[in-house]
Amino acid sequence: MYERGVLTALLAWPLVGALLVVAAPARWAKYVALVASVAEFALSVPLWWTFQPAGGFQFMFDAMWLPAWGIRYTVGVDGISLFMVLLTTFLVPLSVLGSYAYITSRERGFYALLLVLTSGMIGVFVALDLFLFYVMWEVMLIPMYFIIGMWGGERRLYAAIKFFIYTFFGSLLMLVAILVLVVGVGQRTGVYSFSYSHLVTHVGGLGRTAFWLFGAFFLAFAIKVPMFPFHTWLPDAHVEAPTAGSVILAGILLKMGTYGFLRFGLPLFPAVALHPAIQAGIVTLALIGIVYGGLVAMVQPDFKKLIAYSSVAHLGFVMLGIWALTLQSVQGALLIMINHGISTGALFLLAGMLYERRHTRLLDAFGGLARVMPLFAATLTLVSLSSIGLPATNGFVGEFLVLVGAFPSYPRATLFATTGVVVAAMYLLPALQRVIYNPLDKPENQALPDLSLREIAVLAPLVACIVWIGVYPQPLLRRMEPAARDLIQNVRIEAATSTAVR
Amino acid sequence: MTLDFARAADVLRGLLPEVVLSAAALLVLLLVAWRHQSPRDQRLAGWASLAGLLAAGVAVWWLWENGARAAAPGMVAVDAFRFATDALFLVAAALTALVSLEYLDREGLRVPEYYVLLLCATVGMMLMAGGEDLMVVFLGLELMSISVYVLAGINRRDPASAEAALKYFLLGAFASGFLVYGIALVYGATGTTTLTQIGLQVRTHGLEQGVMLLVGLALVLVGFGFKVAAVPFHMWAPDVYDGAPTPVTGYMATAVKAAAFAALYRVLSEAFGGVGAWRPIVWWLATATMIAGNLIALAQRTVKRMLAYSSVAHAGYLLVPIAVGTGAGSAALLFYLFAYTLVTLAAFALLAAIGRDGERELRIDDLAGLARRRPWLSAALAICMLSLLGFPGTVGFIGKWYILLAATAGRQVVLGAILVLTSVVSAGYYLPVIMALYMQPEPSEAAHAGVRLGRVAGVVVAAAAAALLVLGVRPNALVELARSSGSSIAVPAPLTAPGATPTGR
Repeated sequence: MYERGVLTALLAWPLVGALLVVAAPARWAKYVALVASVAEFALSVPLWWTFQPAGGFQFMFDAMWLPAWGIRYTVGVDGISLFMVLLTTFLVPLSVLGSYAYITSRERGFYALLLVLTSGMIGVFVALDLFLFYVMWEVMLIPMYFIIGMWGGERRLYAAIKFFIYTFFGSLLMLVAILVLVVGVGQRTGVYSFSYSHLVTHVGGLGRTAFWLFGAFFLAFAIKVPMFPFHTWLPDAHVEAPTAGSVILAGILLKMGTYGFLRFGLPLFPAVALHPAIQAGIVTLALIGIVYGGLVAMVQPDFKKLIAYSSVAHLGFVMLGIWALTLQSVQGALLIMINHGISTGALFLLAGMLYERRHTRLLDAFGGLARVMPLFAATLTLVSLSSIGLPATNGFVGEFLVLVGAFPSYPRATLFATTGVVVAAMYLLPALQRVIYNPLDKPENQALPDLSLREIAVLAPLVACIVWIGVYPQPLLRRMEPAARDLIQNVRIEAATSTAVR
Repeated sequence: MTLDFARAADVLRGLLPEVVLSAAALLVLLLVAWRHQSPRDQRLAGWASLAGLLAAGVAVWWLWENGARAAAPGMVAVDAFRFATDALFLVAAALTALVSLEYLDREGLRVPEYYVLLLCATVGMMLMAGGEDLMVVFLGLELMSISVYVLAGINRRDPASAEAALKYFLLGAFASGFLVYGIALVYGATGTTTLTQIGLQVRTHGLEQGVMLLVGLALVLVGFGFKVAAVPFHMWAPDVYDGAPTPVTGYMATAVKAAAFAALYRVLSEAFGGVGAWRPIVWWLATATMIAGNLIALAQRTVKRMLAYSSVAHAGYLLVPIAVGTGAGSAALLFYLFAYTLVTLAAFALLAAIGRDGERELRIDDLAGLARRRPWLSAALAICMLSLLGFPGTVGFIGKWYILLAATAGRQVVLGAILVLTSVVSAGYYLPVIMALYMQPEPSEAAHAGVRLGRVAGVVVAAAAAALLVLGVRPNALVELARSSGSSIAVPAPLTAPGATPTGR
């Protein structure tokens, strides 16, 4: 019962929650939303224990949806998507709780949209039918667009439409590619189906078309990641979005891009993905992202913008790990995806807490906060260190695995990427210094209250995860290993056979 | 039920929807000649014509349900394609009539003939889309056009409305001239005006390269190009849509266009299916219409003109399945026509409600903050915009998806790519409406005081918005309908090599 129904329940429950939020009186909206999102998390927790660390998809559910076009409602998770689902359900209650002080107008709309967004994100990660995937991929655009556009900062309209158009552009080309893929496979096998497993097993033999199709998928995912040079929407969206929007955007939406590469980009077009020129190009872009993101972050006066550019750098590591395609590097990439969600989510929440106190995000407006806000300062320090990748925090494990795993395939690139870790220290530590150390010389800062109980409740789970994954990542690695191993094997075998055929 | 057109009773049966609707039009005409004094009389005429539309709908359903078909081809087709398009026209006319009930009252227009003209135009559409003979198609087109010329200018006191009517009349007459001259040339080349006979003549005598036939075909295409407002024959559309009373604009942008598309599809596939020459022409028409329509719509500031250009852009999308010209193409065409009709009528009904003192001047920015005052109305308008944009979860997406699928299966991937890229452009003018509604503060407390959707129009819009969402998730029944109806017109393969299309793929 749980096995078959859980993913559908995870998809449907936030929508029910959204209806409840809209139906409730406005002043209860935030409490209803919190209860709904905690319930969603509680519903997802048993996945962790009931998931069998073996290859293949689990918790599958399959039903006919649009028989005329061979479209089915198929959902399931494997060792890759499991963590994305858990990360989503984990971050949403925290961002709901973190929005209590920030969101003061039209609360019902905000929390309802946040819950609808949750449903869309879960849908992206569990969909095993390309049509369903595409629909979910698009559907979650709208709530995010409204969240940025209605509750964002001063340039929210610009940021919202930029976010929308960038993503919409990439995904529509992916839609055409999906159709060409399905029709191409259908003409050869006689079965027109959007089912993921069908397409993965019969995708070989597309020849040169595969390059075009991969290009369309690549564009959609690279914009979402975002990879250099498709990243320009990200700083705007992050800076203008309300805190919860930034947390979700950085924590989960960006992972959809890298998840897309793992789930679709590599397995559907192995021969293209392993083509030396394509590989070299993508690894180069990832490296540029790592170093460029770090360097640009260094000169940002705005705290949120700094975090936004640091995301570009972190996601560069993920792309490097995915494209190195060794067991360690892929596991490391998956770990960074999780860690980035936790650490960057925490950073955005902390930046939001500062903003709620001072209504500015400029680093220069602060200084010496450690004296008035010791708890805040301690948390910010720990989270920043985890984002830099200090050993014994979660950030270290992921980056270390990526670098170790990538070294055999790309020694020089890995060497280059290592500088990214140094750059990370160079932008986060000075920022840390400017905010919480330095003299407490601004009168406005002298009476700032320390973290409230609610804020502690928001941050404590994140801090716990940072330490836990940093010290003992084994339970995560064990669960993702079979899926990562299968992925690498399938891609390598498929690529080898299709090159042989050619 | 097999109809033998040699027997008068069977002719009557085959034409039952048209006969019923014509009779209803005459009865309503008698009614308004007798009672035309008060607004109440006018509403009575409206409800009477709705009853007539309903009766015609029952007739269509009866023929469709009994699987009516003709023993031998006649002047009017008896097939599912005709019944499906008839149903579409009737639904569009009924929705227009419902919205007009309150609109005419509010605008102080005392013109009960309005409903008679609406019924006549609908009869014309049904003949046009069902015509198996170029002459019937032409007669239907004229009946429809002349009625709509008057409808466009029905608000005599408004100079813009008069200008729209005159412009529409002049260019419409011009287009009819092209069409009739094209028909004459086709007749000259093949000796017949019956669609299937033309197809047969072309095949048996190898006329597909004949100059007279090709010139005739080109002129026919120009005539239809005017009617569907395809670029470069679209110049009249924005001005006419802008000036006509808003419910009439909705009717013109949906039913009139749908009728022209249905007739175009039937003529091209039955008469000219063996001629390869029109495929590249339609390909270029579709491309030009999608690109120009979307780009020009970006520059519009008023809602009504924006919707006018958006309907030009949608004509481009609708040309794609025609250019593809496969069985899947006809089903996609029918599905998209239905989806587009529903959403466009709802959008124009909402526009009529919002722009209470002159919807021509209503700029997109004037919608600012409307969501706070009128949350339901704003939600409906936002759903309409998303559906026009083709966003998943709405029927507009399924429609575009179907067209894309047909294009991909028909090896027209480039056309599909142009369609999605221009759709991205269209986000640039549909989204500002949503932004204004939800994300901008209202200029003043009283800015939206008088915005009110009438009761009947409210029900229509609510039903349409709900249908947009429901059909966006479960379109199965409608897809089946489009498939079975679309496949009732056989598409002969082009005799020339498929490489003749510009895509070359």
